[in-house]
Amino acid sequence: MAIKTVPFNGTAEQQEKLMAVIAEHKDQQGALMPVLQQAQEIYGYLPIEVQKMISDEMGIPMEKIYGVVTFYAQFSLYPKGKYNISVCLGTACYVKGSGDIYDKLQEVLQIGGGECTADGKFSLEACRCIGACGLAPVLTVNEDVYGRLTVDDVKDILAKYE
Amino acid sequence: MADINVKINGVAVSVPKGTTVLEAAHMAGIDIPTFCYMKEINEIGACRICMVEINEGRGFRMVAACVYPLAFDNTEIRTNSPKVMESRKKTLELILSTHDKKCLSCVRSGNCELQSLCNEMGIENESAYEGEKPAYEIDNSAVHMYRDNNKCILCRRCVAVCSKWQGVGVIGANERGFKTFIGSAFEMGLGETSCVSCGQCIAVCPVGALSEKDFTNQVFAAIADESKHVIVQTAPAVRAGLGEEFGYPIGTNVEGKMVAALRRLGFEKVFDTDWGADLTIMEEATEFVDRFQNGGTLPLITSCSPGWVKYCEHYFPDMTENLSSCKSPHQMQGAVIKTYYAEKMGIDPKDIVVVSIMPCTAKKYESQRDDESAAGVPDVDYVLTTRELARMIRRAGLKFTALPDEDFDNPLGVSSGAGDIFGATGGVMEAALRTAYCWLSGNNEEVVEFHEVRGTDGIKRSTVNINGTEIKVAVASGLANAGELLRRVQSGEEKVDFIEIMGCPGGCVNGGGQPQQPASVRNFEDLRELRAKALYSEDAGKALRLSHLNPDVQKLYEEYMEKPGSHKAHEILHTTYVKRTIN
Repeated sequence: MAIKTVPFNGTAEQQEKLMAVIAEHKDQQGALMPVLQQAQEIYGYLPIEVQKMISDEMGIPMEKIYGVVTFYAQFSLYPKGKYNISVCLGTACYVKGSGDIYDKLQEVLQIGGGECTADGKFSLEACRCIGACGLAPVLTVNEDVYGRLTVDDVKDILAKYE
Repeated sequence: MADINVKINGVAVSVPKGTTVLEAAHMAGIDIPTFCYMKEINEIGACRICMVEINEGRGFRMVAACVYPLAFDNTEIRTNSPKVMESRKKTLELILSTHDKKCLSCVRSGNCELQSLCNEMGIENESAYEGEKPAYEIDNSAVHMYRDNNKCILCRRCVAVCSKWQGVGVIGANERGFKTFIGSAFEMGLGETSCVSCGQCIAVCPVGALSEKDFTNQVFAAIADESKHVIVQTAPAVRAGLGEEFGYPIGTNVEGKMVAALRRLGFEKVFDTDWGADLTIMEEATEFVDRFQNGGTLPLITSCSPGWVKYCEHYFPDMTENLSSCKSPHQMQGAVIKTYYAEKMGIDPKDIVVVSIMPCTAKKYESQRDDESAAGVPDVDYVLTTRELARMIRRAGLKFTALPDEDFDNPLGVSSGAGDIFGATGGVMEAALRTAYCWLSGNNEEVVEFHEVRGTDGIKRSTVNINGTEIKVAVASGLANAGELLRRVQSGEEKVDFIEIMGCPGGCVNGGGQPQQPASVRNFEDLRELRAKALYSEDAGKALRLSHLNPDVQKLYEEYMEKPGSHKAHEILHTTYVKRTIN
């Protein structure tokens, strides 16, 4: 099962920055973590193309890098979509059924949490309390807030962004 | 370091300070089970099956025996108290809660470390904890093996050998916690990565998660097909390992019984790949002398080990010109069977099935490479590991220990002692040097032994002086060692004329297709050394110890190929390489 995501479109400028970061850390022990953190800052995520550059430059097998990236929640293999959907799984929202809404979104968008649709349109993530417990269950699409939701509302919300 | 006195299960033992609890217990004749632990390369204390009670003066507590060093006099250790047993059982039950327990159809049933420990510990309910179970697709993308993560217990022994022994590192732990699984970067199948097919991961796997692609059924079917002429050949290291499958001590040479078993399985001819090894020496020594005297690309590097060849293609593509163009011994022998032997016997090569029994999984991949088909059909049709041969013997109901000792068939069964030692690291180099020495010194029959290239060191070096000509040679086994040596050669730090490289640590005797020994043996015995001894003593006991004096090899050149390195020899016995990338 290969990982599908939007085509990579890194710029020469980004690559230059990454090479500078690697050069700075190259001979230091435990350099992989800071390099990955800064690479994610430069590109916003860590796709295969970025991990391959790091692997080649640092002489670290790809699998080792991938293992670290998938271990830590701070790293992402996927970019943020044009519309980033964030579902609150905080206590109040969760008891009001936000888990089902999160599941429904995964089903409709055909992606898992933390992933981005292949067309780059939607990305999906879970978040903790956003301070709108009165409206539970809540989700946000970029800056727009939707509250008092049921599973049936999911399709209508997505339709607004099609 | 100074010795300290400790008590294990009430028995006093004196051990050097810093000895781990596991090692101290072993010295005292007590087994502590381990899954993840591999001496020096995987001391991670992760699986928790080796937990024991220890009292260093402040009461008993639980520690992981494999990584806990003993530091104080009068330390007390309990390895089989009720608390320890309960912990061990619970750990097993938790492992079983996500384990695919299809033992009846599992290739490792009978020599599975998890199965035997469950049995020893008296596990009554294999489903003590029922809950969510991850389901993984079986990865069959590689030519030589399967990965079934449903049986994986996450011990990471495969990960350790791949990165630390082999310097390849294409497998590792992905994700975390309950979702952790062993795989490759970006969920690539193993076949898409720069895996070199060495199979060391299979050899160290405690369970049935990793196994070679089994061709025993196809071989049984070929034998039963009367239109086929089915010929088998066996590599030197197989005779030094096969006995372990039938209860013989490690390092027992079972050549005679192995030949008898193969004949009883129904193979029409039982040939010895040692003969192919002698032939390889003729071609490779000729190639070396030619390059050495005529300014060819040096160092020349041996090409008998397909795992090494694939590693070179992926990781040192600039050095593929240094590889000897010689096919590996069993491919040479397969090529000779389907050309010279077929013509001599009047058989159409299409009706010949050549089966190679090898200590190796990379040979499964090698036999499917391009340019390994001298007669227009593959030189070798099936490659079986030593383990697969043992399965065939058991399935056919042969009582191995009761078999008589028999000899290989002729003409491709006679071999020199030089061919025998191909199975151990340094053996190919020594065989080549013996012949090169004779050729360059003019004394055609003098046997000179080269002890500096023997032994289990990862990298060995020697300078050989033949009639005033100095030849610098080096031998490496295990691909991490090979990589280290080649980086030094590439940078110019080291100047060498001739290099032998074997993909597996210790050479073929410790190949990825050899019998699997459990951690309780592997961590305390040197399989490489014990198995190699069987080959060196076979060599020492032979009258014929020089490849170039092998009468059947000489006859092949006289009747068919003219001389080593001839045009015809190149067509049949040599191959080509490709440059690959790292994935």
